[in-house]
Amino acid sequence: MLKENEIKVGDTHTAILVEDLKRTQIVQYAGASGDYNPLHTDEIFTTQVAGYPSVFAHGMLSMGLTGTMLTNYVGDGALKKYGVRFTNQVWPGDTLTGKATIIEIREEEGYKVVDLMIETTNQNDVAVITGNATAIIET
Amino acid sequence: MAIEKFLVEASHIMMFARSVGDANPIYHDEDYAKETELGGIIAPPTFAQSSAQFDPDYFLRPKIGGEGWFGSGKEASGAKPSKDKGGDGGGAAMGLHAEQHFEYHLPVKAGDVLTATTKPGNTWEKESKRAGKLKFSESVTEYRNQNGELVITATGVGVQTERAVDS
Repeated sequence: MLKENEIKVGDTHTAILVEDLKRTQIVQYAGASGDYNPLHTDEIFTTQVAGYPSVFAHGMLSMGLTGTMLTNYVGDGALKKYGVRFTNQVWPGDTLTGKATIIEIREEEGYKVVDLMIETTNQNDVAVITGNATAIIET
Repeated sequence: MAIEKFLVEASHIMMFARSVGDANPIYHDEDYAKETELGGIIAPPTFAQSSAQFDPDYFLRPKIGGEGWFGSGKEASGAKPSKDKGGDGGGAAMGLHAEQHFEYHLPVKAGDVLTATTKPGNTWEKESKRAGKLKFSESVTEYRNQNGELVITATGVGVQTERAVDS
């Protein structure tokens, strides 16, 4: 867990979430999550029928990868809230970097919490996820 | 939609954590997890999404012996062509995920048995240069554990696009 006396507003934490995203990792996520939408794993359907240039990652895979960065930063069981918007698609071959920025330290329901702004960008510096989170911190 | 029995199992958590690149032992090492304050293996923050596995009617899973699957086989799509085709962008017409929000009330642990109930939320429309008219709709899912305690509130926003999104 983050400690109140070790953090301040404006602090950031960044991590590379995935380098050169493989189609197989998207398949792995489909299997684990149960979302078998062929748009994520079936290149033939996605290019020839749906009209996309290739399969693309589940939004929830990007959110999950970003969540890994987030829990590595705030600790296990500390999250109160985690929400995102999917702002751009994530394609095989993408390299994603996640960033959390402390925007407020405050009290909520008797806990000290930190509000974080979240952004995950691809190798072209385009945001694929923007969002926010709230986590309990140690006083 | 309602899910009557979402069994939270350690091996499922392990597979899910692997798929999101998470090597944290709290998701796969029982001995390690026991020694932590949480007292056992817990689910990663987006794990509730895999409740789809426990929804008997989930439409994005091929059904055993059921109706045809719309993904490719001999043909590029197993689905019968629809008459009112228009520029619906094939699979895009089913909708893409626009937003997802989770509120965590209590930790979800391996061994928990959850139920989930989903209610529709707001709907709205927006024009977009990249994909034509966008129709947004919200759904709110409440996950409760075996003690009836609310553990997670999940709000999803789906969007139906007029055509495939330009990249």
